[in-house]
Amino acid sequence: MTTTEIPAPTARPGRAATTPKHRPKREREGAAWVFLSPWVLGACLLTVVPMAVSLYLSFTDYNLFDPPHWIGLRNYTQMFTEDPRYWRSVVTTLEYVVIAVPLQLALALVVALALKSMKGGKAFYRSAFYAPSLLGASMSIALVWRQVFNDGGPVDNALGNGGWINKPGWSLLAVALLTVWQFGAPMVIFLAGLQQIPAELYEAAAVDGAGKWRQFLSITVPMLSPVLFFNLVLQTIQAFQVFTPAFAVSGGKGGPADSTLVYTLYLYDRGFVASHMGYASAMAWVLLLVIGAVTAVLFRSSRSWVFYASEGDR
Amino acid sequence: MTAISTATDRKPVAWGRIALHVGCLVALLVVLYPLVWLLTTSLKPASEVITSLNLLPSHLEWSNYKTALDGVNDVSIWRLLSNSLLIAGGAVIGNVISCSLAAYAFARLRFRFRGPLFAFMIVTIMLPHHAILIPQYIIFNQLGLVNTYWPLILPKFLATEAFFVFLIVQFMRGLPRELEEAARIDGCGPFRSFFLIVLPLTRPALITTAIFTFIWTWNDFFTQLIYLFDPDKFTLTLALSSFVDSSSQSAFGPMFAMSVIALLPIVLFFLAFQRFLVEGMASSGLKG
Repeated sequence: MTTTEIPAPTARPGRAATTPKHRPKREREGAAWVFLSPWVLGACLLTVVPMAVSLYLSFTDYNLFDPPHWIGLRNYTQMFTEDPRYWRSVVTTLEYVVIAVPLQLALALVVALALKSMKGGKAFYRSAFYAPSLLGASMSIALVWRQVFNDGGPVDNALGNGGWINKPGWSLLAVALLTVWQFGAPMVIFLAGLQQIPAELYEAAAVDGAGKWRQFLSITVPMLSPVLFFNLVLQTIQAFQVFTPAFAVSGGKGGPADSTLVYTLYLYDRGFVASHMGYASAMAWVLLLVIGAVTAVLFRSSRSWVFYASEGDR
Repeated sequence: MTAISTATDRKPVAWGRIALHVGCLVALLVVLYPLVWLLTTSLKPASEVITSLNLLPSHLEWSNYKTALDGVNDVSIWRLLSNSLLIAGGAVIGNVISCSLAAYAFARLRFRFRGPLFAFMIVTIMLPHHAILIPQYIIFNQLGLVNTYWPLILPKFLATEAFFVFLIVQFMRGLPRELEEAARIDGCGPFRSFFLIVLPLTRPALITTAIFTFIWTWNDFFTQLIYLFDPDKFTLTLALSSFVDSSSQSAFGPMFAMSVIALLPIVLFFLAFQRFLVEGMASSGLKG
């Protein structure tokens, strides 16, 4: 289809300016849609349509076998006013996000700062610290976590408090530490951001008599704030959707005493164990709206604390 | 470290450097501890998994691995392994093809609604998976495709993992346009230009896409959990999760042996391609 239009082999770079456009614009546009077609198909059939369907289902009672039955806002009112386990899962997820994300990002930043000025071995440490980010999402590691923090496990032996997994007050912390363990991915992004800060800024500050701490506060923090913002948004969105470790640690039940019943685990329980697809759809939409709202708040707040270097030039 | 002896006049700096290395080594030990624990526990006799305080087993219990190779629920580990490989391999092929096609259109071609569509694509990166999971499940259920691998592989051929579209777009935007322009003047249409010029140059981004897709699909649990329920069709991840309910401690040795086997492909990929992975991760944050 492209070969038919190849002109006589006269086109040399020198004559480029005078050569007329061979291809009408419309045909190139057609080509673009050919390239886009898989994505368009996927975006329509597997994203837009399912979202519309799940919005509809959230107003119905649906168990996969009988046709959906319209019940208006009942799923939502039941969720917000009559379902204590729902609120338990909301609180658990918020606790998890608030514990795991700041700890993970703080550790990532500290390690990135330590590696930044290192001469030998930086590449080795960078790779080694990054490895858990690839392994940590696996069931294997989730099972390790369950055993390491279990009664009689290494953490119990070291701290002697009978393990964390069986204690409602501690089990969620064990899950959160698995996320903290995967600090390598944001660390790598921090490190790349640190290396883009021009050395002249530090030299100039040192000449002006600024100490290390002052340089950190006045140069590193503002220059790194876009990267910090990116990591914060990304890790927060991911943390809201944590599933595998909570499932593994609690045997899929969210125990003990619903202390690891994170939002997605309860969604799975309602939708795929109890077959309340309408209720689970309503839960999914609330999750979507909450994540959207949290992202919007982060973006809005970013105006006051994220510094983009190019803005300073204007 | 050798610099210390020569730089006597800068001794405080050298001490700082030693402290840095010591700190990093300690952090490294803490980070690697769960992995070492997994490895040694997979070789412990059943009686030592819970009771023994030693990290190292009293003797190497290779029979754990022998038991693990027998598999779970009468399904051999080779079956589980090839199921996992089939899904991950299909996902890799699907993502590399569909995402690079879409990325080329976004990066290089002009078409109507390009701006809004690109914005929409970016939004879908942040979309929580669970918002579309249930209707997707219902659709595949209606099509009779639940308990097959289609729901796990087909979406990858439709570029649903927009993160990779974005990654490849960013990479393609960095390529010089001169080659394509020269080719176009020579009468090379967008298709040949894509296959002969752009695609070969995009190889690093495609490799990054392939490796991340493989690892993420290999680790994926939620999707496999809801779509597959025949033990015959189970993946390694699902087989491992069936250990979750069992509290029998005699199964711990084989369970962790199987965990090691399940992690091996990721570790090998990591060792072989760590450059691509670490740099791919680093650039995703900066260009975003």
